[in-house]
Amino acid sequence: MSYSVTEPSGKQKTIAATLVILYAVITIIPLLWVFITGFKTPPDSISYPPKVFFEPSLEGYVNLFTTRTRVTPEQLEALPPPEGFAEEIVRNRKMVIAGPSKFGERFMNSVIIGFGSTFLSIVLGTLAAYAFSRFKIPLKDDLLFFILSTRMMPPIAVAIPIFLMYRQLGLSDTHLGMILLYTAVNISLAVWLLKGFIDEIPREYEEAALIDGYTRFQAFYKVVLPQAATGIASTAIFCLIFAWNEYAFAVLLTSGTAQTAPPFIPTIIGVGGLDWPAVAAGATIFLMPVLIFTIFLRKHLLRGITFGAVRK
Amino acid sequence: MAEIIIQNLRKEFGDFTAVHASSFTVEDGDFFMLLGPSGCGKTTTLRMIAGLEMPTAGEIYIGGDEVSQKPASQRDIAFVFQMFALYPHMNVRKNLTYPLVSQGMKRAAVNAKLKEVVDILGIHDILNKPVGGLSGGDRQRVALGRAIVRDPKAFMMDEPLGALDSEFREHMAEELRALHDRMNATTVYVTHDQLEAMQMGDRIVVMNHGVVEQFGTPRDIYDKPATLFVADFIGSPSMNFLSFNGAVNRGDSSVKLGEHTLSVPMQHHRMEGDLVFGVRPEHIVLSDDGSYRGEILATEYLGHNQIVTVQTEHGVARARTESIHHYTVGDSIGMTFNSETVTLFDQQTGAANPSVLNEGVVSHG
Repeated sequence: MSYSVTEPSGKQKTIAATLVILYAVITIIPLLWVFITGFKTPPDSISYPPKVFFEPSLEGYVNLFTTRTRVTPEQLEALPPPEGFAEEIVRNRKMVIAGPSKFGERFMNSVIIGFGSTFLSIVLGTLAAYAFSRFKIPLKDDLLFFILSTRMMPPIAVAIPIFLMYRQLGLSDTHLGMILLYTAVNISLAVWLLKGFIDEIPREYEEAALIDGYTRFQAFYKVVLPQAATGIASTAIFCLIFAWNEYAFAVLLTSGTAQTAPPFIPTIIGVGGLDWPAVAAGATIFLMPVLIFTIFLRKHLLRGITFGAVRK
Repeated sequence: MAEIIIQNLRKEFGDFTAVHASSFTVEDGDFFMLLGPSGCGKTTTLRMIAGLEMPTAGEIYIGGDEVSQKPASQRDIAFVFQMFALYPHMNVRKNLTYPLVSQGMKRAAVNAKLKEVVDILGIHDILNKPVGGLSGGDRQRVALGRAIVRDPKAFMMDEPLGALDSEFREHMAEELRALHDRMNATTVYVTHDQLEAMQMGDRIVVMNHGVVEQFGTPRDIYDKPATLFVADFIGSPSMNFLSFNGAVNRGDSSVKLGEHTLSVPMQHHRMEGDLVFGVRPEHIVLSDDGSYRGEILATEYLGHNQIVTVQTEHGVARARTESIHHYTVGDSIGMTFNSETVTLFDQQTGAANPSVLNEGVVSHG
């Protein structure tokens, strides 16, 4: 029987697969718990021992998106029959819907700030990375080191100067302020990652385009950009994940108009007791955009991680 | 197609001078070779003609226009890269039409032009394939197609056969030359392979250390080397160099190597000191009559001929002789030289002494 040196045997593959599945299960359980808690009723969510099997309810989601007022039984009797399932769930708790909650608004803030800063980081990062990769720039290495050095401490270490600066400039609690802040944090990562990817693209492609009658900029966006798509996609995911999940600056610098979802979700707890299902529902919805974005770019991301290690 | 004139072209990268004041002319319709070892400045010269590098000094005329400071896109020349540089995110058809699209050509005209090129190269069957899966030869053809599709003023080729295996290379070299003749093109071709240069070129520039050593037809370069470097670089085995100390006078037709007097072409200049007697292997005749003698060190049988290595008192000489003769290593053998083909060099400067043989040779341009 012949065997291959590089190809693992069937037994090795089985062991590897088991380990991977085990690891996947362990990491996914907390997420799964959050997901199912979102569909429990508040009593189910705090019952002991914890319930694995339960009757699903949308109460958490209704509570997440609404504010409610408690009414007396007489008032409840006097009301017209409930319209829609949300009203019905709320009535069962002897309450009525008073209006929409702020969650939708906060979620949109997260979308605007997260994707806005990712977009800006990628645009600026790609241009800078291209320049660093292709042109002779005086003090190039020092500049690159300087850009990297902005990541050598946790960004929150400069929270106080930024807080004071933002107050002075009127950037506190504004979308623009948060976009600029997250872009500033992400740009060094973007420049370094993208420079690596662009370095790998042979210059001949651009030179061929120059010879074929295109300008330098046309060569850049028609030839270099499609080649760098993999790198851009993986860099974008990293940038988005940071901006999307960032909590400390969001707590510090936003309170109203520009507040993102991460500082908002914990505040749901305080409204009418420990409403875990509503928190879990908020967390579940909050996870979705990054999940969708990552699945959407997954092919690029995988290729991106191994990029440069092996030339195809 | 157009004539290309290079005048005093110079390129510096920081402190390093890649090309020293080169001058030569590529005539309209020439298949022109830039030949030299790696790092000699031949690719830099080519890239300057194409506009991918801006010269530090000097002029480049393409079809009469001075273009040395113009961007590549305005020079109307085509470039075939060593690694082909086909756009990897496009299929063959898009690669071929991309240069036309940049000129804003109408779709019908683009398709007509595409058909013409595809017919010339015979690549109908791969037109809709992505370039990633193509064989080396097909990539080469697509790269050529992208160059000819635009009807440029000239073709620049940077070792386009270097990435192909040797068997296919010969076939592609013939195809290239045939294509050049068919298009009536002007081609500037960079190579480090002297055989390729001799085989394909109408005219050759030999470069070394950023300097043009010699500029001429393959025959001139081979028979009348202007410098020791050219004589050594061209030919396999290369020219034999017998070093001696002595002198020749203007009008001399012979030279004394030690006690031997050997005939040479009539010399036009006086030269003395450390000199080199240069003769090609096929111009050495081995015979026991020869008074100039040496000991046979080795023989290499090559089928239709053989190379005999002989140790002489002025250095090792290799002779190319018919393979019917048998020589034994260690024997003493006499040599005579075909005197009309001998070149004398100055060891110090490397320059060939002007003689009847090498009149009109362009060197150190």
